[in-house]
Amino acid sequence: MSRSATATLVALGVDATGESAMAPARVLPVRGELADVLPWGGLRRGSTVSVRGSTSLLLALMAEATVEGCWAAVAGLPRCGALAAAELGVAVHRLALVPRPGRDRSEVERTVAALLDGFDLVSVATPVTPATARKLSARARQRKAVLLPFGSSWPGADVELRASFGPWSGLAEGHGLLATRTATVHAGGRGAAAREKTTTLPLPGRASPELPRPVLRPVAG
Amino acid sequence: MYTLAVWCPDWPVVAASAEAALLPHVPAAVVRGNEVVACSAVARAEGVRRGQRKRTAESQCPELVVFDYDEVRDARLFEPVAVAVEELAPGIEVVRPGLVTVAAQGPVGYYGSAERAAERIIDHIAARVGVEAQVGLADGLFAATLAAQRGLVVPPGGTGDFLAPLGIHELDPPAEHREDRAELVDLLRRLGLRTLGAFAGIPERDVAGRFGRQAVLAHRMASGVVERPRVRRRPPAELSVTQTLDPPVDRVDAAAFAAKALAERLHQVLADRGLACTRLGIQATTEHGEQLHRVWRCADPLTPQGIADRVRWQLDGWLTRQRLTSGIHLLQLDPEEIVDAGALQLGLWPGAGQDQGEAAERAARAMVHVQGLLGPDAVLTPVPQGGRGPVERIRLVPWGDERTPATDPAQPWPGQLPAPSPATVFAAPEPVALVDEAGGDVVVTGYAELVVRPHRIVHGGQARRVVAWAGPWPVDERWWDDGHAVRAARLQVLGAAPNGEELAFLLIRAGGKWAVEGVYD
Repeated sequence: MSRSATATLVALGVDATGESAMAPARVLPVRGELADVLPWGGLRRGSTVSVRGSTSLLLALMAEATVEGCWAAVAGLPRCGALAAAELGVAVHRLALVPRPGRDRSEVERTVAALLDGFDLVSVATPVTPATARKLSARARQRKAVLLPFGSSWPGADVELRASFGPWSGLAEGHGLLATRTATVHAGGRGAAAREKTTTLPLPGRASPELPRPVLRPVAG
Repeated sequence: MYTLAVWCPDWPVVAASAEAALLPHVPAAVVRGNEVVACSAVARAEGVRRGQRKRTAESQCPELVVFDYDEVRDARLFEPVAVAVEELAPGIEVVRPGLVTVAAQGPVGYYGSAERAAERIIDHIAARVGVEAQVGLADGLFAATLAAQRGLVVPPGGTGDFLAPLGIHELDPPAEHREDRAELVDLLRRLGLRTLGAFAGIPERDVAGRFGRQAVLAHRMASGVVERPRVRRRPPAELSVTQTLDPPVDRVDAAAFAAKALAERLHQVLADRGLACTRLGIQATTEHGEQLHRVWRCADPLTPQGIADRVRWQLDGWLTRQRLTSGIHLLQLDPEEIVDAGALQLGLWPGAGQDQGEAAERAARAMVHVQGLLGPDAVLTPVPQGGRGPVERIRLVPWGDERTPATDPAQPWPGQLPAPSPATVFAAPEPVALVDEAGGDVVVTGYAELVVRPHRIVHGGQARRVVAWAGPWPVDERWWDDGHAVRAARLQVLGAAPNGEELAFLLIRAGGKWAVEGVYD
């Protein structure tokens, strides 16, 4: 896709954010801190948002949308902790796991394509070839689904989210319990997402409505 | 459960007479071990009674035709009657030859009233098989059977009043030949309990204290409490539809076309009988005789589109995945589990957390499609359940199966770790080394204490310095069961890589070895 076409698409997405009160279905909701770094204030249908560095971040990204009635599928992540997903706010009865999406590349492509036909959010953790990645991103665009590649680099991702973490709290030498830590999420990408944005959020930890939204810090990019 | 019972009076005699082509005016009786177990109405008028000795009966009625008791004959001849009932009311259960029950909700709802349903079934049996039948409705199998023997419709909730005045001997139906029940009835009668109501009036705990388990069961029957769940009957083979494909199909688009036509036919066959299919068997035979078979389970009844999709996906899977040596030339669809199409609309998506709507339907279709490509166990949905560790607290259910937890999540689970849970879990824990400063294994004592400070954790070839830890929390599962007892302890460990990056682990120690159960990433 040409650069101008991408820009037009993103511009459309930005417009959708503007009218999201009227047409909420075009952008799937995410918790507040993450909404701040996504160019559309949420996950725009048809987009590809790659996630790296943290399973918790992937699950937290899907949580709000599943609560709102969207269905999510996670392919190729056999160790996905569904209990952690539930604790992060994912409505697990609308979550499907496909631990082994296929034995070869073509089978994986067919499986993910089939998932994109029916699910609103599809995460893929199996590495694929750049050609397959482009095909699947196109499929997501056509089916108005959100593709969330996890772990590996994904050519053609609209936005890439990377997480880095501060120290854990709650655990000491011989006592305590793991509580939470601060995740710093960097968002970069193409078009409107080209300017890198950063947000912080407690992860694990659910978005709670009482907390004020964290203030955006502009990052020199 | 409100139950409809269809009862054919004197079934052993009816069956025997039918097989011998005996004319109805000839008195007949069935004898088992020199005792009359059933007799026709004509014989009864001549003075023949159940329980009489054969010789007494013959002296009462010299022209009596006597048959030997034959259970196989009774069952064989009853099948057409069962089928006739099933044509009107699916989900029947044959209790014994001569007695069929079905959940009353379906037929009563369909025909408008219990009386009309009863009338319709009796007429249908008479027209199809030429057998006289009686229908009764009441709560539970026992009461419904008694109601059928009297041709009564007992309204829901009125079963207690219906049973109360009946004699205590009803607990021992002669057709069931139960010695223990006969003894109980005899005993109760000698105690002065002559009606079911009198027996039901005794508190259950007293019955349980005085008599055995059998008596408690009988007591529940007498009180009108439902005594056993009904089992659904497997649908007959005629519901299967078959299609010969000529020329044999080896391309997916051609298979899709064949699937559509066959699906429509199956749906028509089922819809004609007011049925819907929830388990579909798909069977294909190739030209070279290779047999392929797979069963599809579905949470909701299949629409023609749903059947066609599954057949198409299945054929797609077979044609593209399996290296078939020739094209498919015979295709058969077997409905392996059928339900009343009307009754199912109420409980389409039973249970919490199953939602309707367009999004759910689209997702369901995608999951079924993936199951077609990879097999039914490829798509799992998590169901939270009770337990201690992060792995056992989630039950992974293949899509289409019932989403019920195996253990109660609401119960207290001592030793359960509070949130957060690890986002990455290892269903089969991975071995890990947790060592002290000197490089020795960090041992957990019988009192669930660490003897030394953990210093280093080595997992996946990478060593990390232990910055913090907590635990161990002991897990004593099934300590009462020697064979399956699990003694283990869990430990949270925070390790720091040389570059300062932290990673938190959930470790479990069982059998003297540490393993990683989860990673908090």
